[in-house]
Amino acid sequence: MAKAMVDRTTRTLKGAEAVVQLLEELGVRWIFGIPGGASLPLYDALYDAHGIQHVLVRHEQVAAHAATGYARASGEVGVCTATSGPGATNLVTGLADAFMDSAPVLAITGQVVRPNIGTDAFQEADVTAITMPVTKHNYLVMDPAELPWVVREAYYLCRAGRPGPVLVDIPRDVLQAEIPTELLRAPFEPRYQPVLDGDPARIAEAAEAISQSRRPILYVGGGAQGASEPLARLARRCRIPVTVTLMGKGAFDETDPLCLGMLGMHGTAYANYAINEADLVIAVGARFDDRVTGRLKDFCPHARFIHIDIDPSEIGKNKPAHIPIVGDARRVLEVLEPLVHPPDLEAWWRQIEEWRTRYPLRWRPGRMLKPQQVIEAIYQATRGEALVVTDVGQHQMWAAQYYKCRRPRQFITSGGLGAMGFGFPAAMGAQFARPEDLVIAIVGDGGFQMTLQDLITAVEWRLPLKIYVINNGAHGMVRQWQQLFYNERYSHVFLRNPDFSRVAEAFGAVGIRVETEEQMHGAIQRSLEVQDRPVVVDFIVDPEENCYPMIPSGQSVKEMILGE
Amino acid sequence: MLSLVVDNAPGVLMRISALFRRRGINIHSLAVSVTEDPKISRITMVVDCPAVRMDVVLRQLRKLIEVHWVRDITDAKRTERELALVKVNASPEVRHEVLEAARVFRARPVDLTERTVTLEVTGGSEKIDALIDVLRQYGIREVVRTGAIALLRGTAVT
Repeated sequence: MAKAMVDRTTRTLKGAEAVVQLLEELGVRWIFGIPGGASLPLYDALYDAHGIQHVLVRHEQVAAHAATGYARASGEVGVCTATSGPGATNLVTGLADAFMDSAPVLAITGQVVRPNIGTDAFQEADVTAITMPVTKHNYLVMDPAELPWVVREAYYLCRAGRPGPVLVDIPRDVLQAEIPTELLRAPFEPRYQPVLDGDPARIAEAAEAISQSRRPILYVGGGAQGASEPLARLARRCRIPVTVTLMGKGAFDETDPLCLGMLGMHGTAYANYAINEADLVIAVGARFDDRVTGRLKDFCPHARFIHIDIDPSEIGKNKPAHIPIVGDARRVLEVLEPLVHPPDLEAWWRQIEEWRTRYPLRWRPGRMLKPQQVIEAIYQATRGEALVVTDVGQHQMWAAQYYKCRRPRQFITSGGLGAMGFGFPAAMGAQFARPEDLVIAIVGDGGFQMTLQDLITAVEWRLPLKIYVINNGAHGMVRQWQQLFYNERYSHVFLRNPDFSRVAEAFGAVGIRVETEEQMHGAIQRSLEVQDRPVVVDFIVDPEENCYPMIPSGQSVKEMILGE
Repeated sequence: MLSLVVDNAPGVLMRISALFRRRGINIHSLAVSVTEDPKISRITMVVDCPAVRMDVVLRQLRKLIEVHWVRDITDAKRTERELALVKVNASPEVRHEVLEAARVFRARPVDLTERTVTLEVTGGSEKIDALIDVLRQYGIREVVRTGAIALLRGTAVT
């Protein structure tokens, strides 16, 4: 009798319905993707979804980059989906990018039915194996009963500790299988618990080291994006100079005189001189990337290192840390800041100001538009308020140098992987995350052509994105390297480009072409007034302009090229 | 030498070996088997890795969620065994010598033909190396080794 009652009350739902329902409960509002054979049941479930909207992109790489842009603009998990085989492999670049830049991205892929796995079935690829090196974790769900906890654990893992991408690969017959609804309610215990609080003894040691230092500097990476308030308190109360990485832009107000801008290969000369003369480097959520350090053994020869990071395996990976602190940057800085006695930095600041006056960032006006001039004009016109997303190349470095950011998550770029084609799709994702914000994409003519087919997606959703093409008719950074390090042998680097303004019009966006300084200001103004569709402004700039300062790859600050 | 306790599930070994491959570290030997708990496997591995880098590798291994724990037991007091089968030339003229050498190393003959003897030997890796060195003069045809396995001595948890 009792058993019969249980049977009547036991309800089931399809695997795909369970996935959609769980994602809705977890707070997911947007999914970027393209349907296909293996993911049909998921799309069937999305047809009835209320809380989730799906954005149909035109290439899965765009789905992954858009999810990344969404994640990085909001701090929430970005979600993308693709079908098995070619759909899933098209996600790989985006996942690798999210992995390198620690963006919380959940990818859900369809897989061929379980009996066909391993038979080289139509549209089959071993996606868990392919994505293993570029995800934080991944799953192939072979048992429908495991689907609910896998989705919840995957979502949790995206943000737990150091964020990153997680992939869930689900065979079509698992998406169609009936799952008892109570499994959705089953208690969920995450198998991974990050260390959030730093060791108090280490923090005390760090506070002492800062108080005793004479030439300290803060080296702020992407991991500090959530720690900007205690970071600002520490820097301002103790007057410690701050330098930010490409990923750290916005974690500290770059218009503050304490800020020396970006460091590294294309960082400011004064930031690089300062960090290399420092006696104490306080690295916050930064990972000593080679684009920052150059030749490791010559990086900061006089300094002791305090290294604050939530990922214990980052500490000591490239440079040994004298004072390692594993923990969440915000929590660690909140404990550390009050313990520090402001050191005497008079002489240190005199030295830094001398460098800052002697080696400013600069560009020279010319006959043609200069790319730096365009970025400065965009910076002025947007009053430094825009959420800036860039692609990869010279324009990316100019944007990092000349667009000063004041708030966290204001600058989104492919830092670690350096994936061309990232900028425009990530800007779309950012605009979905921040519909009220002014989102601008600064892209190059090379990278834009890798994903520009999705202009139609931006038009379809009436996104008021501003896409500024810094058009120098070449893969500019490669051209610069060929000029400087390959004897000006320009091998396959110049691009014959379409008229981007007409391409934009063909897609239903607004297109503007700019060749002179007079046109430039008006075009930027006009672009800012368009509110119901994307605008592409094609700035034809001086093709010979190089990005300086530059520390050649694998060299030290001594070999820095300051420019003409 | 590392000892790892991991989930007994598909893909776990790949995830761990990929971590070493990506960093260019050679796995010298690798032994994997299920433990007293069928959900858990133990991996014993010997890797060529400088001590400085090992520290970072250990932390990276600990980040994998299927890895329950990892110990570097290189310097620990432990019981260590490896098993090897060695097929060596043993024509009637030298067979006696070969078997005598085997006796010294407490290796057991497990197969015998007119021209060959196959010996089974267990022990630490160095002992097996030593036996192989002795047998080399007779002409070794084939060797297969399991790779080292180890547990810490006494009540210590490996």
